[in-house]
Amino acid sequence: MCLAFPAKIVEIKDSLATVERSGVKRDASLMLLPDAKIGDYVLIHAGFAIQVVDEEETKLRDEVLGAINV
Amino acid sequence: MFNALVKKIEQLAEGKRPLRFMEVCGTHTVSIFRAGIRQILPPNVELVSGPGCPVCVTCDEYVDRAIVYAQMPDVIIATFGDMLKVTGTYANLAEISAAGADIRVIYSPLDCIKIAKENPDKHVIFLAVGFETTAPTTAATILTAKSQGVRNLFFLSAQKLVPPALEMLLNDSEVRVDGFLLPGHVAVVIGVNAFKFLKIPSVVAGFEAEEILLALINLLTQIDEGRAEVTNEYKSVVKPEGNLTAQKMLSQVFCTVDAEWRGIGEISQSGLALNEEFADFDAEKVLPVNVPKINRRTPCRCGEILRGIVTPKDCPLFGKVCDPIHAVGPCMVSVEGICAAWYRFSF
Repeated sequence: MCLAFPAKIVEIKDSLATVERSGVKRDASLMLLPDAKIGDYVLIHAGFAIQVVDEEETKLRDEVLGAINV
Repeated sequence: MFNALVKKIEQLAEGKRPLRFMEVCGTHTVSIFRAGIRQILPPNVELVSGPGCPVCVTCDEYVDRAIVYAQMPDVIIATFGDMLKVTGTYANLAEISAAGADIRVIYSPLDCIKIAKENPDKHVIFLAVGFETTAPTTAATILTAKSQGVRNLFFLSAQKLVPPALEMLLNDSEVRVDGFLLPGHVAVVIGVNAFKFLKIPSVVAGFEAEEILLALINLLTQIDEGRAEVTNEYKSVVKPEGNLTAQKMLSQVFCTVDAEWRGIGEISQSGLALNEEFADFDAEKVLPVNVPKINRRTPCRCGEILRGIVTPKDCPLFGKVCDPIHAVGPCMVSVEGICAAWYRFSF
């Protein structure tokens, strides 16, 4: 039930964002993430953006995984 | 990648006593099955599932109450789809819907505002079920309804908090757990720091198979080094402090109350109810109904399954009279329920 998916913010109007994932666009409220900006990847749950995805941390995780793989 | 991670787990587990780790998130349960992680772990590393599905721990009485509301002619019930098949004492909402009740499945709690505006002559009641991930979306919806002057939308809250359940599990002498895989999206909201009270190795984990294996490596490393810390392997979205806006909204709209968990019993201060300030939106206060509490006797072992004491295969009903089409216990109902995941991936 706590399913969430990352999507990119392509438009913001008041506290409502349009987010895009794999070419599909839908609305997401920014009430829980008021500082999110256009271009941010955000985690969406039940129609709300709940966190900005930190791309630097994603890279670091991939490096950790890569290091184990050698 | 996968094989290298498994090899690392095997190295760390070698020579250790039998270890049991518990995941406390239905989405983890499903990911673990989908990737076949249970099957490839060394024999001395066992994964058990905990009370990680908010639908599964919603008690009979709540469903009975929702059904009483649904049968009122001037009521529309709005709910997440998972709740439709959860059986109360006698029936579930899908059956009541088939019998003519107006029950609408929504994607976001915000959809309730549209339904309420389109149906000014009806009372719209949202079945607010969920953990800390979902509760802020309900809080934001209540604040929106209030600011827009929506007067015909009400909330029936069975929202629950994860940390008190973990504390209960650790104090339960029947439960034996050496470490927790902590729920990633609950942690997005409440932060890693909210779990710091745990005194056994615990790690906030992401949901990809590799992320779960990485979290298991973290737990085994902690045990190897004699540490018992709460760490974060899902840093891309989980912060030490969590989402402060969401937390502020939670405390503005809700207060904590003792709550009944199906199969487990009452856990102190583990539920969220609407604050006095938002009493006008509280279904139980505005539209009180009397629902008798009935203790149903059934051989269903969901209560022990939810605490990781037995697995679904130990239940006499599992796969026989209880399956996803004819679910007896709540763990079989939601796709993220422990029994449903076992059934789907074991048969």
